[in-house]
Amino acid sequence: MTTETRAFNAVSFFAYLKEGQLAGIRCRSCGKLSAEARPMCQACHSRDVEWFQFSGRGQLSAFTCISVVPNAMGEKGFGRNNPYCSGIVTLEEGPRISALILGVDAANPQNIATGMALTLDVRDMESDRPTLAFVPA
Amino acid sequence: MAATISTAKRRQLGRPVSIVGAGLSRFGAFRDMTTRDLFVEAFQDLIDHMDQGIDVEDIECGYIGNYSSDLFEGQGHTAPILADWLGMTPTPITRIENACASSGSALREGVMAIASGMYDVVLVGGVEKMTDLPTEGVTDVLASAADGLYEVPAGLTFPGIYGALAKAHMDRYETSLAHLAKVGIKNHTNGALNPKAQFNSTLLDMMERRKARAEQQGQPVPDWRDEMDFLNDPRANPWIAWPLRLYDCAPITDGASCVLLVSSEIANNFTDKPVHVVGTGQASGRPLHDAEELTSLSAAREAAAQAYAMAGVTPRDIQVAEVHDCFTNAEINATQDLGFFEPGEGPRAVDEGRTALTGDRPINTSGGLKAKGHPVGASGVAQVIETFHQLRGEAGPRQVPNTNLELGLTHNVGGTGGTCVVNILRRG
Repeated sequence: MTTETRAFNAVSFFAYLKEGQLAGIRCRSCGKLSAEARPMCQACHSRDVEWFQFSGRGQLSAFTCISVVPNAMGEKGFGRNNPYCSGIVTLEEGPRISALILGVDAANPQNIATGMALTLDVRDMESDRPTLAFVPA
Repeated sequence: MAATISTAKRRQLGRPVSIVGAGLSRFGAFRDMTTRDLFVEAFQDLIDHMDQGIDVEDIECGYIGNYSSDLFEGQGHTAPILADWLGMTPTPITRIENACASSGSALREGVMAIASGMYDVVLVGGVEKMTDLPTEGVTDVLASAADGLYEVPAGLTFPGIYGALAKAHMDRYETSLAHLAKVGIKNHTNGALNPKAQFNSTLLDMMERRKARAEQQGQPVPDWRDEMDFLNDPRANPWIAWPLRLYDCAPITDGASCVLLVSSEIANNFTDKPVHVVGTGQASGRPLHDAEELTSLSAAREAAAQAYAMAGVTPRDIQVAEVHDCFTNAEINATQDLGFFEPGEGPRAVDEGRTALTGDRPINTSGGLKAKGHPVGASGVAQVIETFHQLRGEAGPRQVPNTNLELGLTHNVGGTGGTCVVNILRRG
């Protein structure tokens, strides 16, 4: 697979996202999976790592709905009257990752349930840094 | 106590280290002051309150915590500027950056510099000038303490990550919005007794002032009956990062703090009432999404285990503590991570008043970051200063009733658990 030659870093992580794929690292030595692209295993320090394509299925483990937004999210139209949801997603393969949670009612967080099934939905695909987002499955 | 992730190796200082003086600037929003002005104010407060005086020439070295003068006011390489403004050149001063734990770490560096035998007299402190930027700008600067590749692009802000932590706590334990509100009410009650606090006022008084202002301006007067009523009104207490509201968040603050550390052998040259640093621990943690659990900070548990082991004490022995309440839920997490209460028992301890000034485990007698203010790089040493005053019995109206205080603890978190520093102090 030609993609195997990509450097194990964030540039490659975002390049995969641009292709609609959530790719992380599997350690060939100890089997540890990481949803972040790393050149060295954080568990056993092995440099023998390979790309691992996650299925994009997971569940919502914790979340917040943000009303006081950073500048970058303000530019996308979010703010006091249009909050957005960010969460911690546990991927079905095990690792967790932080992501934007779309397709939920962020103005009414009581309607968002921890544990809900999610599926990958990458946004801002035209950017060199697409947004890792999930929507209800 | 909470399970520790390691059985911390018992490390020892090369020789004992004592705190012999403390200085704090006013905490608040000071439009006309820069980083250097704030730190000079804290330093002058230290000089003015040394029991037996200090010759500045005798200070051999300094470590100053500062998160981001670069981003807040466009000034990097802050340490030599502070050395100059203190009239201390060519004394070496080093800036220490560990986000909001910067000065907790700076204190550790100073302790180790003396324990190594290299220096006898060391200045440690912290400073942050935050209010030049609008709130959105401060939000961006604080968010840069999180992982810029894997957290910030998800839209997570600093309150956002703590909001997710709060939600996880609420899912697992009985923690509620009311528990968070009670932490804020308690800390403002303490802050009202602290003349240096940014909010030197109870929430009840703040509520009454809002009512009076509405009346003066001929506007409808809100019918809040008590603080809880006030805090439950979304017009007074809007969402910041659900489930966190405005009054769950520590304010944006300008301020500076410093203490003088000396080798314990010479402590009595400076004061009859030194306070000894008997335990210090520091640990690193991973981003929240990569943490082993979402209801506890592993770095806090590990730093606490290190500090307890060095001091040879247990959580039960700690009589007063300043913990890192950058958000109200963070105080509840801290009291569990430090082993003061079992996991899940933190909220009940708040309900029972155990963490109040008059409780059996007074937490954040200074008002905490919540009411005293949170100039991020200055907060770790400011916590140490409150504990220093409590142990010396000179905390005035907010002195805890226990007249036989011996042991106090400070818990200083950087980012959302990336760094935690725990220091344990003993009355000399």
